[in-house]
Amino acid sequence: MKTFRIGGVHPSDNKLTAHCPITQAPLPSQAVVLLSQHIGAPAQCIVEKGDQVKVGTLLARANGFVSANIHSPVSGTISKIDNVADASGYNKAAIYINVEGDVWEESIIRNDELIRECQLDSQAIINKIDEMGIVGIGGATFPTKVKLMPPRDMTAEVLIINAVECEPYLTNDHALMLAKPDEILVGISILMKAIHVERAYIGIEVNKPDAIELLQQKVQSYTGIEVVPLQCRYPQGGEKQLIDAILRRQVASGALPISTGAVVQNVATAHAVYEAVQKNKPLIERIVTVTGEQLSQPGNYLSRIGTPISQLIETAGGLPEHTGKIVLGGPMMGRATANIDTPTSKGTSGLLILPEEQSHRHEPSPCIRCAKCVSACPMGLEPYLLSRAVAVDNLEIAEEHHIYDCIECGCCSYSCPAHRPLLDYIRLGKGKVMNIIRNRSTEKKQ
Amino acid sequence: MNIIITSIITLAAIGLIAAVILYFIAQHFKVEEDPRIEIVEGLLPGANCGGCGKAGCRNFAESCVKADTLDGMLCPVGGNETMKKIASILGKEAVEAAPRVATIRCNGSCQNRPRTNSYEGASSCAITHNLYIGESGCAYGCLGCGDCVSVCHLGAISIDSTTKLPVVDTDKCGGCGACARTCPRGIIEVRPLGIKGRRVYVGCMNKEKGGIARKSCNVACIGCGKCAKECPFDAITISNNLAYIDSNLCKMCRKCVDVCPTGAIQALNFPPKKKSETTTTDTSTQQ
Repeated sequence: MKTFRIGGVHPSDNKLTAHCPITQAPLPSQAVVLLSQHIGAPAQCIVEKGDQVKVGTLLARANGFVSANIHSPVSGTISKIDNVADASGYNKAAIYINVEGDVWEESIIRNDELIRECQLDSQAIINKIDEMGIVGIGGATFPTKVKLMPPRDMTAEVLIINAVECEPYLTNDHALMLAKPDEILVGISILMKAIHVERAYIGIEVNKPDAIELLQQKVQSYTGIEVVPLQCRYPQGGEKQLIDAILRRQVASGALPISTGAVVQNVATAHAVYEAVQKNKPLIERIVTVTGEQLSQPGNYLSRIGTPISQLIETAGGLPEHTGKIVLGGPMMGRATANIDTPTSKGTSGLLILPEEQSHRHEPSPCIRCAKCVSACPMGLEPYLLSRAVAVDNLEIAEEHHIYDCIECGCCSYSCPAHRPLLDYIRLGKGKVMNIIRNRSTEKKQ
Repeated sequence: MNIIITSIITLAAIGLIAAVILYFIAQHFKVEEDPRIEIVEGLLPGANCGGCGKAGCRNFAESCVKADTLDGMLCPVGGNETMKKIASILGKEAVEAAPRVATIRCNGSCQNRPRTNSYEGASSCAITHNLYIGESGCAYGCLGCGDCVSVCHLGAISIDSTTKLPVVDTDKCGGCGACARTCPRGIIEVRPLGIKGRRVYVGCMNKEKGGIARKSCNVACIGCGKCAKECPFDAITISNNLAYIDSNLCKMCRKCVDVCPTGAIQALNFPPKKKSETTTTDTSTQQ
């Protein structure tokens, strides 16, 4: 069975909500919509306090090429445009909307009827995706249209759909595949048309046999799409790892994934593209897996963007006693948050509630040079060396050993028997080195 | 036997020729260096802290010898004493400079600033700062992981175990500013030591509006501007909801300390005030 060739770990799945159907979460009384929900420049707010908005009304316009439009997830009145503490606790600009009813823009088609035919040409599809504010909702929130417009000297040969969901606990993509297989496949066809490719592969890990079976059955009525079952291994959902697993091609250090001829999109993004292009629906809601062993009603909740996470936890049965940590995202790449009032954004894939006894780190001890982190690193780096170099502030060595290639998957920290906080240091060093490289290139230009 | 003798003679001859060549090359390419540089460097503390703005002690010594006057040249660690010695060797005039020390502009002790969560990651302020707001609700305050402690060459900073705030030992601190450059939140400022170590400064860096700042910390500066109005010397300015006391203008009358409603203004090393006056003075332990 296929999988990527370098490194990787296999944490236990813990997919508690694997067979929970998608449930509609109740509307919040107040939605807080962050202006920066994507990688790139924050969107430019175009509404004012007191404005009436409907579901799907444009709130903020993309500010630059790498940026995305933001639409209202609810209907009501804009109560203020102010800062809100995001998951990290730092203030970010946001639009506060008092929810009144649930009135949608007339242009959005709200029935469940499947529309298979798409008459638009490639450029029109990309424009539509841009207009509807679609970003990669697998977690990285990279604006989708940018990925669909490769640099001139590179051409896309194949589309890869990331339905791997290798993060433990998360099941939102799984639930979506079971509920909306046809919509996903039409979305994939639209994406294929947008980048002019004839082939598409859907990579799914074998811990989702029902999804593999269902999609394999459905793809027969679509041309050029193939389902590829993959061995369970983290971080297979990483763009570079998935390309390697399916195509056996490696992305060179510093190169774009498109250099291998592959465009990778998340399965939920494909679904969002379907809704945007065929139904005129902007990215205003997403499935959030709310999970944890102690929750009374864990599940996959379809919730509007901008819902406070406290409300989602309430929907899932309330915060259990002895909760130690609330993680936004999965346990490997997600970040713990101290702010329970933070709103969800386009990139919020899950909420993991960990009990007190599972939420503590072990005391780190000295490195014993066992090189487990080296074997685990899917990018072929030497995490023990990089973290040490950053700790003593020797960024030359860190750069020499390609710290900027780190994808921050956390395999090193996970595999370390001495419980060293390897990724913490590498992440810090990566930021510093990237800054140095950026400054160097701007200096050169001048 | 012959072989040994020939080889010894050959080697000795090669050695001799090489020595002669090296001698003439060394003479020809000799670098003339002012011997005073060596002496001046010997007088410097040798911490290579960079507080003078030069790459290290050697570099500072070179600049001192080359410079026409010693104006603006100060080894912050060695202080005026060292500069006087250097001046006497170089036959130049030493310019007196007020000694400076690192000042911690945060008073968010565990008592003043309640902790809302606990952090267990790598013990580094830079990492914590990049990750999130920190253990309290203040995005501007001290994170307490001690990056300043580890960067100090002189061992002048330590973290107080009860307040979880850094404490500067003014006797050891040379005012080089290494800690100030390291602190990711920029709460350390190098200020003049003052006579008998007396200093008046705003012990807060929170730029939030008053209510929000106060919510996260009892001794936050709320930017009310009372101190600026009270100050007879116009030493206090308010920007971004935060007061700043200019140490060049401040005459240490401490009127601002009395009017500050939150006790954010710190007055260090002053004798206790007379009974008639209000007592909202002195150090971190009181609030």
